[in-house]
Amino acid sequence: MTDRSKITTVNSSVPTDWKSDAMQARIGRRYRRERIFRSLGLAAVVISVLFLVFLLGNIVKNGAYGFMQTSVSLDVTFNADLLGDPSVLSAEEFTEKVRKTNMLRLIQASMRDLFPDVKGRRDTRALLRLVSTGARAQLRDMILANPSLVGNTERVELLTSDDIDQVIKGNIDITLAEANRKVKDKELSWLKTLQDDDRISLDFHSQFLTGGDSREPELAGVWGAIVGSALTLMVTLVTAFPIGLFAAVYLEEFAPKNRFTDIIEININNLAAVPSIVFGLLGLAVFLSVMGMPRSAPIVGGLTLALLTLPTVIIASRASIAAVPPSIRDAARGLGASPMQVVFHHVIPLAMPGIMTGTIIGMARALGESAPLLMIGMVAFIVDIPGSINDAATVLPVQIYLWADSPERAFVEKTSAAIMVLLFFLIAMNGVAIWLRQKFEQKW
Amino acid sequence: MAMISFALIRQRSVAVVGGATQQLHSLPRYHGYFAAVRVFIPCIFLFLLWLVGGEAVIENLIISGLPDALKSTNSEQISLVLNRIQLAVQHGEQSTSDANILAAAERYSSLYNKGLWSTFWLTVAIGLTGYYLSKNRTQANFRARNNFEKTMSITLAASSFLAIVVTLGIVASLIFESLRFFQQIPIQDFLFGLHWSPQTALRADQVASAGAFGAIPLFAGTFLISLLAMMVAGPIGLFAAIYLTQYANQRVRAVAKPVLEILAGVPTVVYGFFAALTVAPMLRDAGGAIGVDVASESALAAGLVMGVMIIPFVSSLSDDAITAVPSSLKDGSFALGATKAETISQVLLPAALPGVVGAFLLAISRAIGETMIVVMAAGMRPNLTANPLEAVTTVTVQIVALLTGDQEFDSPKTLSAFALGLALFVITLLLNIAALRMVRKYREAYD
Repeated sequence: MTDRSKITTVNSSVPTDWKSDAMQARIGRRYRRERIFRSLGLAAVVISVLFLVFLLGNIVKNGAYGFMQTSVSLDVTFNADLLGDPSVLSAEEFTEKVRKTNMLRLIQASMRDLFPDVKGRRDTRALLRLVSTGARAQLRDMILANPSLVGNTERVELLTSDDIDQVIKGNIDITLAEANRKVKDKELSWLKTLQDDDRISLDFHSQFLTGGDSREPELAGVWGAIVGSALTLMVTLVTAFPIGLFAAVYLEEFAPKNRFTDIIEININNLAAVPSIVFGLLGLAVFLSVMGMPRSAPIVGGLTLALLTLPTVIIASRASIAAVPPSIRDAARGLGASPMQVVFHHVIPLAMPGIMTGTIIGMARALGESAPLLMIGMVAFIVDIPGSINDAATVLPVQIYLWADSPERAFVEKTSAAIMVLLFFLIAMNGVAIWLRQKFEQKW
Repeated sequence: MAMISFALIRQRSVAVVGGATQQLHSLPRYHGYFAAVRVFIPCIFLFLLWLVGGEAVIENLIISGLPDALKSTNSEQISLVLNRIQLAVQHGEQSTSDANILAAAERYSSLYNKGLWSTFWLTVAIGLTGYYLSKNRTQANFRARNNFEKTMSITLAASSFLAIVVTLGIVASLIFESLRFFQQIPIQDFLFGLHWSPQTALRADQVASAGAFGAIPLFAGTFLISLLAMMVAGPIGLFAAIYLTQYANQRVRAVAKPVLEILAGVPTVVYGFFAALTVAPMLRDAGGAIGVDVASESALAAGLVMGVMIIPFVSSLSDDAITAVPSSLKDGSFALGATKAETISQVLLPAALPGVVGAFLLAISRAIGETMIVVMAAGMRPNLTANPLEAVTTVTVQIVALLTGDQEFDSPKTLSAFALGLALFVITLLLNIAALRMVRKYREAYD
């Protein structure tokens, strides 16, 4: 159409010669532009999809190993001289003695059998560092659970340290010059010996799913964060769902059309677009410093996220309530139901699938949210699994943030694995929402 | 308790009319509901009152009861003493040897227990009062349903009123803290200052910079990253919307639209991790290969990834705007012999322009308020630059940096975070209102 000016220059009494070379060239140009335009559009879609694939592929590639951990099997002699004899000592004395024993000496003894030629304190210590610091607790718990081990020699699978684990997984480049890498040649030669002896294995690591956080990548787990997320979401659901539903019912069914309800409506729409971090500031100012609630607790996090999800729940519920046809209401009114009975006996049950879908999507958004929780102190390093909504806790996304900040190479795969856990929950929640919508969706 | 009274009153209402429920004005269960509400609402209020105010009251009692040796006019000292007392309450005698503190701790726990029990009994008493009140009113002609429904409608209205309260709460808390900040730092220094270094001396004898709170570098950094993000998301989102509405067949559309929505559903912390650990090193290596020095926390990495995140915001809203254009305009254009591309770029887009602009504004507001990506992938150092290869910091990054970890509530350092939050809130609010106006105005034109 930009060519209009040229067209008018053609003598108007003569019909346009569409077959002429100039016209053909022009039409060719226009179709070429059309093709370019179309392929640009396609490219935009393809780029977005490719990026998503790249993102998820990257996470899965990094994270798959996060669920695995290298362990080394050692022949540990449970020395009765060190641990005390359970047949002589009473149960309490034995427990006390075992707790006081440095389990490293057991590991040292078994290592000495394997590497008799390692001498010197520095080398010995380096040798012991092949094994994770968590191995001590692992051995202790084994002995306490089964005192009859004392005096015997058992082949025990112990976790290796995170550096060795990374070498086995191929994440540390061992071709680099020795000075440039964390794992030295000597350690590699020991590792080689252990590998030749078939003592090194890479297995599924259940502690990652059942344990709490730890400074050591090989001991860190996501269960604490999962429980924290669950508690937080519970608080969010209990607050946001009834309030959101009631507000939607009021606005859709009872509210008079006046200035005030208009303000409420505009307000809710704007609230949905307020940056999440501002809700964090609100939580900090109101819940923590005015009300004096405990820091880092799921109850504060849950309430903050409830304020964040409230607009989502209200908007979804309203849409769903508005979709119930007026004939249902008229019929119920005609049979003598009061306005309240119409809403609670007929409209809400019919709108429920839509309301549930909206709520679940809101919850999924709350599950992935981390910025407001940073404000209210849910970033603390917490080892224990939270037991109630008043305990200090962290949530999955914040755990991911914390691990992503950790310098150890091994935390990269742990972070990716935690992201996979988070995405699993998100996909599950959205799946339920879609299922609900498809199962109960009604066309009136 | 509410449930018990529901059951009791329901029974009673039946008993009053001797089982002939048709004589009651309201169904028995409404009598029950009415009683339950009468019991439940005062109780929950009392309980909340205890939760909110109880501890503060006890603390004041303790402070007034402290021996003079521990008394101090300084509020910080008092909170320190209170902390010690609370530690002593939790851990008993190991934590402290100060007899005064121990005594106070004992008083604290006894007061706490007293408070808890008195709240409990008061709740029971109020509950019982509510029960008897409703019991007396349980008669055949009592309009229990109407009363109950009145309570319900008040509850409903109160719920929607809460949305206003939340907004007011946000505004009030932000403004209140910001005002305290501006008492210490003049507002023009904050808005137009070119230097940001919030580290202030904690003690008078410390050698430290006085702290500078010029927010321009932060606004510039935020603007730069948002601009980069829009340079990615704008064209890609718009072209994706055009392709999906005008060219793609039903099958492609059914697959591609949800996939784009997934981009919006991925938690931002995941994008942040991806930007920091994958995109930023890639850009640095690429820059190194062509001899350009790229900072390891460059604005470019954060901007690119954020752009991808907001593609769905642009595309789905533009999609709506384009589909809302009446097809008569499109048909008219085709009838004049225009190609599809010409129709789109010269008829559809101008007609849909307000909606598209609204979509862009919403996306920008989303980019400005986005936190996790920039916290993880952009730098911490305030840097007044337009070079996307350097590290910059943003408003949200600084809010997180100022407020994570322990903080005291009075220092300008902490309060400045609220001033930044206020600025953020105002900017995004204006963008949202403008965007909604645009979208609405345009809808009115065609519907």
